[in-house]
Amino acid sequence: MPITISIHTGSNVSIYRQIVEQICAAVFSGRIRDDEPLPSVRSLAEELLINPNTVLRAYGELAREGIIESRPGRGMFTSKRRQIYSKAERTKRIDRSVTTLVTEALTLGFTAKEIVDQVALKTRELDPQLKGRS
Amino acid sequence: MIAESHLIQNTSGSDRADAVIETTGLTRYFGTRKAVDGLTMSVPRGSVFAFLGRNGSGKTTTIRMLLGLTEPTRGTSRILGQDSRQLTPETRARVGYMSESHSLYNWWTVRECGEYQSRFYPRWNNQIFKAITDHFHLNPKTKAGDLSRGERAGLSLAITLAPEPELLILDDPALGLDPVARRSLLESMIYVTRGADRTIFFSSHLLEDVERVADYIAILDRSVLRACCSIETFRSSVRQFVLTYDAATPPSLPALKGLLHARRSMGELRLTIASPAESTLQVLRELGAATTEEVPVSFTDAMIGYLGDRGEQSFFLEDTTRLEMSRSTR
Repeated sequence: MPITISIHTGSNVSIYRQIVEQICAAVFSGRIRDDEPLPSVRSLAEELLINPNTVLRAYGELAREGIIESRPGRGMFTSKRRQIYSKAERTKRIDRSVTTLVTEALTLGFTAKEIVDQVALKTRELDPQLKGRS
Repeated sequence: MIAESHLIQNTSGSDRADAVIETTGLTRYFGTRKAVDGLTMSVPRGSVFAFLGRNGSGKTTTIRMLLGLTEPTRGTSRILGQDSRQLTPETRARVGYMSESHSLYNWWTVRECGEYQSRFYPRWNNQIFKAITDHFHLNPKTKAGDLSRGERAGLSLAITLAPEPELLILDDPALGLDPVARRSLLESMIYVTRGADRTIFFSSHLLEDVERVADYIAILDRSVLRACCSIETFRSSVRQFVLTYDAATPPSLPALKGLLHARRSMGELRLTIASPAESTLQVLRELGAATTEEVPVSFTDAMIGYLGDRGEQSFFLEDTTRLEMSRSTR
């Protein structure tokens, strides 16, 4: 399925970051599957009317994060994400995210139960495999 | 930049290449009025470089000096490696220049304007001329004098782009264009970047367009260069903090280095600061606020904060990495 990205200028979020976030969201929500081709840098730049280097940087960051990968001669594809990180690396990454999340939630005055509920809710919302089951 | 992955380097290695525009201490007076004051900057080959500043800040004078159309009072400028005051016809043919005024021969038709210009350029590409005039929906038989402002810009752009210049210098190309013509202009600019080593240097007031297409920006403020860096560096350097207070009136501010703008409202102090140092952030923390939060700033707000009348003007934003790079290539 082709991915739709929309860019807003004058936003607090840079164009580069908008592309990264929208592709991440599309991948994690299952709107684009693993192993799907992405538009070329040039065609996405011309479609969105932005500097190709901006697309290049966004793709570069997504590739470093392991969300997409470059296949020589064929362009960019979404990765088969599951095997990218070692167990230790995955644990480290989730620990970092959870620390940020919980710290912020506690600062905002949420209780432990409310935080857990919010996480469960968001997981149901974003995990394509849970969709339709709940 | 150095930490970017293999992917980035593959296609944009031209970033590290030489500068196509270089100025050193470029200065111009008109009588006793300083139009451009000690401008030192360089434009990397292959970049889309936006030249920004309010009206009368010296942008057009700078562009005219780059092209050798106006003599500098002091300082030097070089384009494509050649002194601007001694440009050879060969070098001029590699530079495309579109002035604010779109000077055209009004009694000629669109097609005749193209045919006349083509004689001066060995590399004239008539397909480009036709593609752009079509893009702006110009009838080849219309006389230039009968074209609207946007159509004149289209014809002017077609004439400028058809010789496939290595360096494109556009002086406020979007001036007076309607939204449709503006879009065509942006499309044409992005089309030019298909050539990896093509450089576009353009002045503009349309910050949303700049945000879309520019890699680098330079900001002139009352004839002085105030920033010369990548758009990302600029965005991350201008930061905004919101301090809230339990008391209705926030305390008065001590001197803050780089303060661009301070706005007080009920129980709140909103500060926009250019590249705050750790010591400045420490001062903020000691202002006795109930909460201190950094909020993201849009490119437009950052620019307006930067060019506003308040705040100090003594700082300068630049890319440290790029400077090192350009030094090492010299």
